[in-house]
Amino acid sequence: MSITIDQISKTFGRFHALRDVALDIPEGKLTALLGPSGSGKTTLLRIIAGLESSDSGRILFGGEDVSNLHVRDRNIGFVFQHYALFRHLTVAENIAFGLESLPRKQRPSKAEIRQRVEKLLEMIQLPQLADRYPAQLSGGQKQRVALARALATQPRILLLDEPFGALDAKVRKDLRRWLRALHDEFHFTSIFVTHDQEEALELSDQVVVMSQGQVEQVNTPTELYAKPESRFVFDFLGHVNVLSGAVKNQKLAQGDAWVSLPGHRSEQEAQLYLRPHEVHLARAPSVHARLPLRIDAVSLIGSEVRIELVPEGWHSEEIWEIGMSHNEFAQQNPSRGELWFAVPDVGHLFSGDNSQPKTVDWQYAEAANACNM
Amino acid sequence: MSASANSGVAPVRRFSGRSKRVLPGFGLSLGISLFFVSLVLLLPLSGLVVETSGMSWDQFWFTITDPRVVESYKVTLWTAFAASVFNGFFGLLLAWILVRYEFPGKRIVDAFVDLPFALPTAVAGITLATLFAQNGWYGQWLAKLGIEVAFTPLGIVVAMAFTSIPFVVRTVQPVLEELSPADEEAAVSLGASDGRVFRKVIFPSLWPALVTGVALSFTRSLGEFGAIIFIAGNTPYVSEVTSLMVFIRLQEYDYAAASAIASVVLLASLVLLFAINLWQGRYLRRLEGR
Repeated sequence: MSITIDQISKTFGRFHALRDVALDIPEGKLTALLGPSGSGKTTLLRIIAGLESSDSGRILFGGEDVSNLHVRDRNIGFVFQHYALFRHLTVAENIAFGLESLPRKQRPSKAEIRQRVEKLLEMIQLPQLADRYPAQLSGGQKQRVALARALATQPRILLLDEPFGALDAKVRKDLRRWLRALHDEFHFTSIFVTHDQEEALELSDQVVVMSQGQVEQVNTPTELYAKPESRFVFDFLGHVNVLSGAVKNQKLAQGDAWVSLPGHRSEQEAQLYLRPHEVHLARAPSVHARLPLRIDAVSLIGSEVRIELVPEGWHSEEIWEIGMSHNEFAQQNPSRGELWFAVPDVGHLFSGDNSQPKTVDWQYAEAANACNM
Repeated sequence: MSASANSGVAPVRRFSGRSKRVLPGFGLSLGISLFFVSLVLLLPLSGLVVETSGMSWDQFWFTITDPRVVESYKVTLWTAFAASVFNGFFGLLLAWILVRYEFPGKRIVDAFVDLPFALPTAVAGITLATLFAQNGWYGQWLAKLGIEVAFTPLGIVVAMAFTSIPFVVRTVQPVLEELSPADEEAAVSLGASDGRVFRKVIFPSLWPALVTGVALSFTRSLGEFGAIIFIAGNTPYVSEVTSLMVFIRLQEYDYAAASAIASVVLLASLVLLFAINLWQGRYLRRLEGR
């Protein structure tokens, strides 16, 4: 069942939680609503569920307007951040709750309900815990039970509000993988809210980035990471190194630092955004860039060595981060306190009010120069 | 490295006995508490037993099974039961509106709930008697319906309900405040009707607190004196409560008989409170997963 969000607005007092949000959620896909706290993502999810009403706009499920339909009639499954299991009911009773709430005519027989619950318990891989109470379960187990409970009535749509937010890192990873597998098997239309970019990019088919009650960008995880359309999205997805300065004579300069911008004619304020993997380190400045940085910290844990650097003779609001392979690290052996030069390979230039970045590729430019010679 | 050298470098902290506790002063605070409990509760209670011990078993039995006294037990029990059941419903409703809704004057209503505790019970009794008397503000209308409240057992119920309502409200209120709205939202999203949400989700969480509140209200009613005697009419065999019987024996300077009857009330209250505690402990253990 596809979902159409049509010009939804919502205010809480003077606070604009959502401003004219329009969005299409494709059928059978796992969509992430990603944004910082206060971006309106949870409010939007609750409006889709019917737990909150919008001030204006419509919600359509598969073309049918459900804006005025009560939550209990929308046939959705909702999973809460803190599980919201009924603590005086056993795991099996919790899962059966939705089935037992059906109107008498649609309600399956007791035996059938028991069977369905058993099946769901197997699906969440916890058949041995049927008679336990929620307080006796771990966080990960609770969230699985909550999921089984939400899926018991075979809802048209599954909505998850920060489903892994209250779990520790390891359990979160396991559960994420498990949910992805479950989704690939059953293909229900699902939306989940998260503020964790890694989670959104890893788990979803489509990511909706939100900020200040508005949709910033909608795309697949790969496209979104490769082509952020605004400063906000760029900033929000992973670490970014920024050089902001003024463009003059096809050069972006600030203090002792500069980067050449071949073919860039206009002269104005601009910011160059660089991902940690789009920059490498060298002992001397290159022909197209001079970015002196002093090494502040070296982190060896992980598949890549992460080096944190502080600008020398120029200014950046946030610390710079550059990644290199363990192999490169062993060869170059950069250590703390040394002065190095960052050499960008590819960068993204935001100039003036232009929200779309322009990609600058020095490797390509150099290769072209070499050919011309 | 030897053990002694090790402890010389970094002294090993041994956590044993008292030092496990974060805050000091367990012995002192427990001592003061127990002393105070003994002074104001246990000593007077044992005085009651000592006073009664002057009687033989036959005398004791004769005193507490006097037909007029037995009738007072019956009256006290059923009126206290009626009052606490009424308070169970009304107190829950009051707690519900105080927690769930915003309305002008909410804080004033909230403060008024405690009034029965603050008001001298005799004042409450006189006020209620005046209101419910045949020519009182309420009494004249009720009289037209053929209902007599003042100077009948019904009056006792009214007085008991009035003096013990805060017990129910004040025990249910905090539990209701702590209920997570997500639980109800989860139930509704699963298709449950409002009635089912209340029955299956809200009520089971409130239940232990409500039972405690009603039990407290009941035991309080068993011993209520001041508010009742002004409105009950105190007709022997009809509207005499047990605490009045104690009072009458005292006026007759029959201290032993007074303590004997008082000990019956005391025992009934203790047994009830103890039973409630046991039951509640079991119920809560299940919720907390122990």
